[in-house]
Amino acid sequence: MEVVRSHRKPAEADDVVPTLPLYLSAPALQVRLEDFELYAVDRLRVLKEISDGLSRGKKSDEMEKLVRELWKLHMSHPHASEVVNKDIISHFVLRLVYCRTEELRKWFLSMETSLFRYRFRSETHEAQRALMAEFHLPYKTVTSAEFENVKDKLSQVARSTGQSLSSGDGIFYKVPFEEVPELVAGRRVYIQKGQAYVAMNQVVSLVVTQFRFLLSKALVLTNRKWTTMIREQEKDRLTPLVESLSLSYLGPDYSQPREFTEISLKDIDQVAKSSFPLCMRHLFEKLREDHHLKHGGRMQLGLFLKGVGLKLDDALAFWKAEFSRKFGAERFDKEYAYSIRHNYGKEGKRTDYTPYSCQKIISSMPGVGDHHGCPYRHFSEENLRAALGRMGVGSRALEDVMEKVRNKHYQLACTLTFEAVHGTSYDAGINHPNQYFSDSKKTLESRNNANIA
Amino acid sequence: MAGEGAENGRDDMIIDGSGADQQRQNNLIFDGVNVNYLKLYYGKLFPHADVFKWMSYGNDGKHPGCDHSYFGRREFSFTLDNDIYLRFQSFSGLSEMENSIREKCPFKIDIGPVYSVDPARRHAYAQGSDNVFTPVERELIFDIDMSDYDDVRYCCSGADVCLDCWPLMTVAIKVLDSALRDDFGFNHILWVYSGRRGVHCWVCDGKARRLNNEQRAAIADYFRVYKGNENSQKMVSLLGQALHPFLVRAHNEVLKIFFEEKLLSTQNLLLDEDRYEKILGMIPDESITSELRGKWADNRRSKEDINVVRWQQLKHMLQSAKQKLQLRRCVEEIVFSFTYPRLDMEVSRHMNHLLKAPFCVHPKTGRVCIPIDPNCCEDFDPTAVPTLSKILEELNTEGSRKEGDNEWDRTSLGDPVRYFRSSFLQPLLKSCKEEIESSYSAKLQESKNSLNW
Repeated sequence: MEVVRSHRKPAEADDVVPTLPLYLSAPALQVRLEDFELYAVDRLRVLKEISDGLSRGKKSDEMEKLVRELWKLHMSHPHASEVVNKDIISHFVLRLVYCRTEELRKWFLSMETSLFRYRFRSETHEAQRALMAEFHLPYKTVTSAEFENVKDKLSQVARSTGQSLSSGDGIFYKVPFEEVPELVAGRRVYIQKGQAYVAMNQVVSLVVTQFRFLLSKALVLTNRKWTTMIREQEKDRLTPLVESLSLSYLGPDYSQPREFTEISLKDIDQVAKSSFPLCMRHLFEKLREDHHLKHGGRMQLGLFLKGVGLKLDDALAFWKAEFSRKFGAERFDKEYAYSIRHNYGKEGKRTDYTPYSCQKIISSMPGVGDHHGCPYRHFSEENLRAALGRMGVGSRALEDVMEKVRNKHYQLACTLTFEAVHGTSYDAGINHPNQYFSDSKKTLESRNNANIA
Repeated sequence: MAGEGAENGRDDMIIDGSGADQQRQNNLIFDGVNVNYLKLYYGKLFPHADVFKWMSYGNDGKHPGCDHSYFGRREFSFTLDNDIYLRFQSFSGLSEMENSIREKCPFKIDIGPVYSVDPARRHAYAQGSDNVFTPVERELIFDIDMSDYDDVRYCCSGADVCLDCWPLMTVAIKVLDSALRDDFGFNHILWVYSGRRGVHCWVCDGKARRLNNEQRAAIADYFRVYKGNENSQKMVSLLGQALHPFLVRAHNEVLKIFFEEKLLSTQNLLLDEDRYEKILGMIPDESITSELRGKWADNRRSKEDINVVRWQQLKHMLQSAKQKLQLRRCVEEIVFSFTYPRLDMEVSRHMNHLLKAPFCVHPKTGRVCIPIDPNCCEDFDPTAVPTLSKILEELNTEGSRKEGDNEWDRTSLGDPVRYFRSSFLQPLLKSCKEEIESSYSAKLQESKNSLNW
């Protein structure tokens, strides 16, 4: 891909086929510098909405519809032939942006795979078959004679997973069972002599798996190229653009606290009760109780408090007051003060660490003696119910929350908790504990103001 | 396994075999297995050459396509009599293996995977580089242990096994063997008695040996039905409008018959209140369970086996057409809970899992781990499996030896070894040869093609 300065260059030959691109290699297109950024931003809007939709637990059909709408809204172009170019260019630009750390790669891979999955599902069967061929997936369709022989079994399998044979279009692929381990594990396919009979709608998972696999490898390669070559070469042109793009649209990262969210030490107990999400409330309570937290808890709670507006001096005083009741002030200064200053970027490599997002917290693995992690995921049902009860969640809402937990929609469960505790509805999904906190404060303050007025 | 209770009294009984041997026992009484007998066993009876041929998978050097390093990359591990555990043992050929076994006289020999390089040189390969020390081939293995069925057998528990509960293993073999062949297309399957209370399965097809961990886990999950834990009454949950064809076949061809015609009576599953309450606890309908309870409380004698009578009553109530599908399905769930194979998932999942070698002697029972023919597994009697003392005695008392005879042929080991060779090893080696030949020709063809300009 060649990036050129301002003047307009017509797109390459208009024989661009309107199918789903596979992004297998960077195209030989020329891009204006402005378009470089604009296209990427539009695509990022789409990816972020997908992220929101998924964390709100939208089902597949809803996601498919959402993706269609988003694509029309953000990724269209006045020149029809430019639509595919925009698609391809924006993808490759974002690869540069999101290849640079493990966490960015994971997020990008996850969103692009989802985007691909729902776009693929919207395609016609012919288009899907063509795409399968492009991935070099050499599966044969089941002939109608074969189909007659196994029809009963296929129908049984379909019904065992809550579907019916007729809802498909009777097209099945014979795939070696080794290539569809997910479907085998869930007994969602009929297998005979090592061949799995994969329905059209299950083929999606084959193709998507392949897409993810290829993109994952490509991202690692891109990162290598970026660090060894591109970043330096492009330091006056693309690099600043790429670096700024990654900071936008993932939502605020809460490293710069805003005015009204500053808290002071004397308020902290009150504020913890009213506005902390359950994960932080639990850590806070345990800290008050035990006068100690293990490393994982110190990081999760400490960074959260930083995001909430607790200044470094107040933070030091806060942790010292607690820890010295168990360990003594001197030991605190020797062993723990350093790491708090480190979190605020005042020591070592002076990175100003950002508070953990829900995704990060949910995927952590608290062990014995730990209290960090996401209670909706890591607590037993009994303990979670008790904790939510103490937060003031009523019994009806409690059941809704537990339902979400059972379906592994932890962030949705937290959102429902927010709604129950504050008595309002909350339309966005909770992605970040600091988001919970700041929206809680906003809600309570507007209620106060309303009361006063 | 470690932690077994003291069972020496029972051990003597098991080792004795039949009463007639009592007199000849005088010179051979011992606790468990002692080193001298093992030395004799490894010296004259253990089929070293057959195990070597098996583990070579046709790479005997006779064909240009043979891989000379193959056998040497296989891990063996030895457990010595003072509980010393030697891992990563490897041998360049038959005589090295034979000598090492005879010299070290291990109480247990485990077989691990074939690695990318000789395990003895593993430390030379740094992690994270391109040349890694990693498993490249490993049989697909399964381990079924009777102690996992303790909650559904009343005749024995723990390490004990008798002819009333052993049929649970027979059933497991039948269900899995036919699925491995018919569903997955595997052909070279070896079932082995584990020496005390279970069975092992070795699937040795090339395709099976090359499966990765994800694929192994998928197959194990395909076979998993039982999901019991202390919190649930019901251990099996069969949802969906229909059952997957694999489960249907297992139920109709094996499990139902076994449950109704054998297990119900031999385990007296519905005889007493404690036992029938366990089954009633799996039925989520108060009106039905209380009606049944009422019928059974009065303990009427009947001509027919009371368990059978009560089961018919239970089925009749649950399966009448007016019941909801989930209630009708309860009957199958109960059958599955008691009879469906319970695999040790961890054993099958990872390529590097070690498993005891066939023809070892079980250190606690003295029994030889002999193969089981799946086609007549219902005839297999674990209490009649030859013990080390028995076969050594046979060696001593049989007539003069002819030159060139295999020693084991004069003992009870004869039949098992012959079975191993004819039903498993020979067909396997034939197929391996074919594979080596065809992949060699393919490679030749490819290099010829690449020479064409």
